[in-house]
Amino acid sequence: MSKTLFDKVWDSHVVRKIENGPDVLFIDRHLVHEVTSPVAFLGLSNRNIPVLYPERTFATADHNTPTRNQHLPVQDPLSANQLRALEKNARDHGIPYWGLGHEKNGIVHVIGPENGITLPGATIVCGDSHTSTHGAFGAIAFGIGTSEVEMVLATQCIMQPKPKRMRISINGKLSPAVTPKDVALFIIAKLTTSGATGYFVEYSGEVFRDMSMEGRMTVCNLSIEMGARGGMVAPDAKTFAYVKGREFAPKGAAWDAAMAYWQTLHTDPDAVFDKELRFDGSEIEPMITYGTNPGMGMGIGQSIPLAEAVEGGVATYRKSLDYMAFHEGEPMLGKKIDFVFLGSCTNGRIEDFRAFTQMVKGRKKADNVTAWLVPGSHQVEAAIKEEGLLDILHEAGFELREPGCSACLAMNDDKIPAGKYAVSTSNRNFEGRQGPGARTLLASPLVAAAAAVTGKVTDPRELLTLETA
Amino acid sequence: MAYDKFKVLKSTAVPMPIENVDTDQIIPARFLKATERKGFGDNLFRDWRYNADNTPKEQFVLNNPIYQGKILVGGKNFGSGSSREHAAWAVYDYGFRCVVSSFFADIFRNNCLNVGVLPVQVSPAFLEQIFEAIEADPKTELVVDLPAQTITVVATGQKEAFDINAYKKDNLLNGFDDIDYLLNIKSDIKIFAGNTPL
Ligand code: SF4
Repeated sequence: MSKTLFDKVWDSHVVRKIENGPDVLFIDRHLVHEVTSPVAFLGLSNRNIPVLYPERTFATADHNTPTRNQHLPVQDPLSANQLRALEKNARDHGIPYWGLGHEKNGIVHVIGPENGITLPGATIVCGDSHTSTHGAFGAIAFGIGTSEVEMVLATQCIMQPKPKRMRISINGKLSPAVTPKDVALFIIAKLTTSGATGYFVEYSGEVFRDMSMEGRMTVCNLSIEMGARGGMVAPDAKTFAYVKGREFAPKGAAWDAAMAYWQTLHTDPDAVFDKELRFDGSEIEPMITYGTNPGMGMGIGQSIPLAEAVEGGVATYRKSLDYMAFHEGEPMLGKKIDFVFLGSCTNGRIEDFRAFTQMVKGRKKADNVTAWLVPGSHQVEAAIKEEGLLDILHEAGFELREPGCSACLAMNDDKIPAGKYAVSTSNRNFEGRQGPGARTLLASPLVAAAAAVTGKVTDPRELLTLETA
Repeated sequence: MAYDKFKVLKSTAVPMPIENVDTDQIIPARFLKATERKGFGDNLFRDWRYNADNTPKEQFVLNNPIYQGKILVGGKNFGSGSSREHAAWAVYDYGFRCVVSSFFADIFRNNCLNVGVLPVQVSPAFLEQIFEAIEADPKTELVVDLPAQTITVVATGQKEAFDINAYKKDNLLNGFDDIDYLLNIKSDIKIFAGNTPL
């Protein structure tokens, strides 16, 4: 029978089907961080049960960690306590733990792929909604709640109704300065934040085939922002080349066996999706958001839509613009900004730093801008230095922080002050996401770089034209 | 974690006719630093409920004593965003046992079911009727009948059926959780794992 990529991976992981109920799904690999795991470990000790397969779980510290002076004790007592709890839980249960300062430490969705934990055809979960990132490798990867973290620790399974299947095909070529982040923000703006709820999405077509693994990760990462449980891209030669040789990837005979399976991981020609959408890659522009959910995005040169032109409640829409202190119908270009955040599991990988650096090279950071550049991991940080990007960044007036989630969710000190505007490469522009009262404009690393050197919302194509002129 | 069994809930309701309420609003990230599941209700909707100086924002519905009850009625796409189960804990801990909306985000719905909060998805038209009924009389009661899978506005008699899968329904009626089920089939899981390379 013809099957989609999603069906192939899902069906091969079903331990048991419950009639009128969820499937019992086996989880190959489980990622854990300090914020959503303590209560799960507590649950285990209350029930007095061990972790069933500790070698299938990997733990890192990222959400709560400072991005400066990581060699010093963590100042915030609550954060320090959470970090201690994770370290102890990992030790007690024999789970590998990469704490602050460890060479493998970094944002959970950055270190998974880097270390070969993320594999094609695997089921991967983590108590974080952007687990969808790992779908870039043709894995089924999604975020879970803490009760489910406990289930995976205890039984290596969770219980899930099988999502429906959606395919989003984008063919054509992307224009200059249009990045994977723009592709994702474009799709979310089309679908709204609930447009893919209940679905697992496969991204297919030329645009995704042409994309680097980093780019695919950015797109899959943002699947959750249109409500989808996850997104995936069929693995190909690029995927296999990325995975090969990484620490936790199969080796030798196991690699050959894995490759034999991975080669089958594509949607069969006549497989059926519950929903199919098609877009043209050449229509996508550099994007920016103007509101308080990731679906409120538009081409950077456009004007903020009028309330009556948007689907959904007018009152909710106006509340959102009020929060941003923006008005219907006005352009975003030229708006003064205060902060730039380059980082997060969406755009905190080496390619993102390359793009940002390329744009700021030979220019200077604008005086009115505070810029936080936060690599997704120590490996990214090392690459930034090795490739000479750091020198260029310093030259342009930027500094690099230490890895972590940072201002993506502002659990540490990296909070955007109330009322200030931040052009951010992260994934959520919700009210207060980057600090109480903070106003977030989501965009690509190129748009962030253009804003960082001009101090306002700027079309990155303008700066590119200047370069080539 | 065990929770109270859910059968029939009759209660007044708190209306929140806002769309796309995300879990960052339900419980802001800075309150996720606990290592125990305690006290999250105090910070439910923290930034909508309190000013920066911790004084209550009077116009916010949870600060309006007219509106009380164990049912929270929200706008479309309730619970979007972050997977933090703390959002469902906060809802439960505050005293809500049921959230009604015309559309729920997946993970939030799952999390609710796992912690003993019943998410009831109704049609957009019925959701409007509920909001209107509460606006007309904040003392309006709703009856959420899990065995019968219906929700009724007592004053008007308007009633609608809702969906829930049989397995989850059974869990809620009995106060069971998924871990109990999974632990019972551990031997099957071990056989499966034996055939699944790392
Ligand atoms: S960077 Fe942001 S979205 Fe990614 S794991 Fe950290 S908090 Fe979650």
